[in-house]
Amino acid sequence: MPELLHAEWTKLRTLSSTWWLVLAATVLTVAVSAGAVLASTYQSIGHQDTTRLSLTGIDMGQAVIAIFAVLVMSNEYSTGMMRLTLTAMPRRLLVLAAKGTTLTGIMVISGVTAVGGCLVAGRLILPVRGFTASHDYPLLSLAHGATLRAASGSVLYLALIALLSLGVAAAVRDSAVSIGIVLGLLYLFPLLAQVVNDPTWHRHLEQVGPMTAGLAIQATTGLQDLPISPWAGLGVLAGWAGAALAVGGVLLHRRDA
Amino acid sequence: MTMPVPPYRSDLPVGRRGFAQLVRAEWTKFRTVRGWVITVGVVALVTVFLSIVGASGSRGTFCNGSTCTTGHPPVAIGPGGEPVADSYTYVFRPLAGNGSLTVRVSSLSGARTTSIGPPNTPLHSSLQSGLAPWAKAGILVRKNNGPGSAYAAVMVTGSHGVRLQYDYTHDTPGDPGPVTASSPRWLRITRAGDAVTGYDSTDGIHWTKIGTAYLTGLLTTAQVGLFVTSPVSFVSESRRGNPSVATASFDQIALRGDLPAASWKGEQIGAADIYPTVPSASSWHQRSADAFTISGTGDIAPLVGGGIIGTDAGESLLVGQLAGLIVLIVLATLFVTSEYRRGLIRTTLVASPRRARILAAKAVIVGSVGFFAGLVGTALALVISRKVLVANGNFIFPLTGLAQARIIVGTGLLLGAVAVLALALGTALRRSAGAVVTCIALLVLPFVLGATLSPSASNWLMRLAPTAAFAVQGTEPRSALVTNAYTVVNGYYPLSPWAGLAVLCGYTAVAVGVSVWLLRRRDA
Repeated sequence: MPELLHAEWTKLRTLSSTWWLVLAATVLTVAVSAGAVLASTYQSIGHQDTTRLSLTGIDMGQAVIAIFAVLVMSNEYSTGMMRLTLTAMPRRLLVLAAKGTTLTGIMVISGVTAVGGCLVAGRLILPVRGFTASHDYPLLSLAHGATLRAASGSVLYLALIALLSLGVAAAVRDSAVSIGIVLGLLYLFPLLAQVVNDPTWHRHLEQVGPMTAGLAIQATTGLQDLPISPWAGLGVLAGWAGAALAVGGVLLHRRDA
Repeated sequence: MTMPVPPYRSDLPVGRRGFAQLVRAEWTKFRTVRGWVITVGVVALVTVFLSIVGASGSRGTFCNGSTCTTGHPPVAIGPGGEPVADSYTYVFRPLAGNGSLTVRVSSLSGARTTSIGPPNTPLHSSLQSGLAPWAKAGILVRKNNGPGSAYAAVMVTGSHGVRLQYDYTHDTPGDPGPVTASSPRWLRITRAGDAVTGYDSTDGIHWTKIGTAYLTGLLTTAQVGLFVTSPVSFVSESRRGNPSVATASFDQIALRGDLPAASWKGEQIGAADIYPTVPSASSWHQRSADAFTISGTGDIAPLVGGGIIGTDAGESLLVGQLAGLIVLIVLATLFVTSEYRRGLIRTTLVASPRRARILAAKAVIVGSVGFFAGLVGTALALVISRKVLVANGNFIFPLTGLAQARIIVGTGLLLGAVAVLALALGTALRRSAGAVVTCIALLVLPFVLGATLSPSASNWLMRLAPTAAFAVQGTEPRSALVTNAYTVVNGYYPLSPWAGLAVLCGYTAVAVGVSVWLLRRRDA
């Protein structure tokens, strides 16, 4: 297994696209977060979740993460590298596991950078937009338990999105179709939930959707109004990722490459 | 002696080099991949299916007291045939023939609820002071007390000065400025046949005529009286408005004309509609023979969607559309990136070295495929989802045939333009993944973000992003006479339909330009 990890790491490390995509994901996440914070202003009525607001960029960054994770798998299929990989390591599930591990490692590092950048941006910009301590909005800080949970949860969220994408790509093999499926899964649930006004359906849709449930981890206020509790929501996303990896693993095991 | 051998000539006809041949070649490439042809059907099917899912999840619930049933509160239809809000406290007397009513308004104050309660229930007690900009108090002549009756009124408003309004949609400004105890307003309305004329004054001596309304179908005996109402008020850029209440003091009442009834009568017009009601004990009281204090809630104006009445503003159609769009984007990208992946692009470029024309031929194919998939999908989704919505008890605004045609054709064009955009991005990037994600991020993400951003930020996003093109689906009525969250979550797009489509076409044109440039410049 260490050799396998080393091989996967070498494959990823030596592709310039890896570093460009990771950089793009980080920059986009921070930029969209900063834009969202800049676009909002303090209102005397209603308490805004400034932590969640500062992490808005995750909505965008996850799309780049999805490209990256899908390409880890589908690139090998499009270039024929997969046949070489599987000849060198006939135990296919281990190959998938090694890819998943490497991917998770990279995601945790880039996720920490991106989330850290978002929080720094929020800490710097929020007071300018009127979210000051005198208005009952203390500076964003990881010393605050809920903010720490939101930040670390967001890193895990990105890692799970990457694993979900990897699983889908292992099952589908084509990059365009895989990305269509992943982004469809992510974005269509919140959009459908916006449409559906029946409270029960609305809640169930938000509990089931990988993005809506997973992002519950970012909430720091109004926890009792959440459709699903933060960690349970991340669990739902983990379920989706696990299911995708299971389907991908079975198909990888059974099919000709 | 040897016979001269004629040079070899192939029996095959000489290939033509016209654009039509290129389009035909691209069409053959598309048509012969069975998966792609099936996918075109999937685009339409996904659109229809998710629209129906969205529509079936939207239920209209209408509560009368504590019993709730499926349906929506009754919606009044105005004299012009459009849905209107017709809800206020009215203290009136019948007036036979011609006459006039003069009154002084010495104060207008308001309060709004701090949370949104269910409609058609008494306003609950937690109120916060604040006058809605379109809170109205004044004198009103109307045909009868039926919903949507013809009327004319002169009124003071929260922050729009004195106005003469009639038949819900007509509005003429009078004296500007707010009403205070130190600067009261005198209002007068005169009726002569069908003509109702409004006047205002700041001292009760010098009168200014604001305008004249001609009300159709006014009977000999009309009703004339005082009214107060206060619409939904929007604080902190919220999506849904909070009900509000306004209270006005009237005195120096002078009513001239033939008055069959001896005393004033109070009534809450439209008591069972979307607005809450004022507890009847405090809705009005007569301080003296010519002085009243009246409280009212509701509105007398055109009905608008979203934050006022919770309607489906075409969202279920939209969500289906976005799902179909994702499938179309994948398809259009693959149409060119698969050529790069398999090396077919080199054959294509050898066969027709003029590269821009190849891209044009491909664009014709994916553009028309997108257009027809969008046309068929939208037509079915629109008709079916509206039927499902009505069956579920939702109120939806009526759509003219022209508006339906605009939605269907406009969405077809939108899908066509998106398909060309995806094709161009695929050509420029040569890899599917980046092209698909860029395209989906440009067209779907603004809706996801729009729900969390403030209305003004989300309106800017909807002007600048290619999603502006979804304005072709915007049909919710707007009115300058009604405060509302006119934003995309309520079905309002900041741009006009064709301007919105032009934004998307601009993105597509830039992407096509860049991809032609790259295609010519690079080795394949």
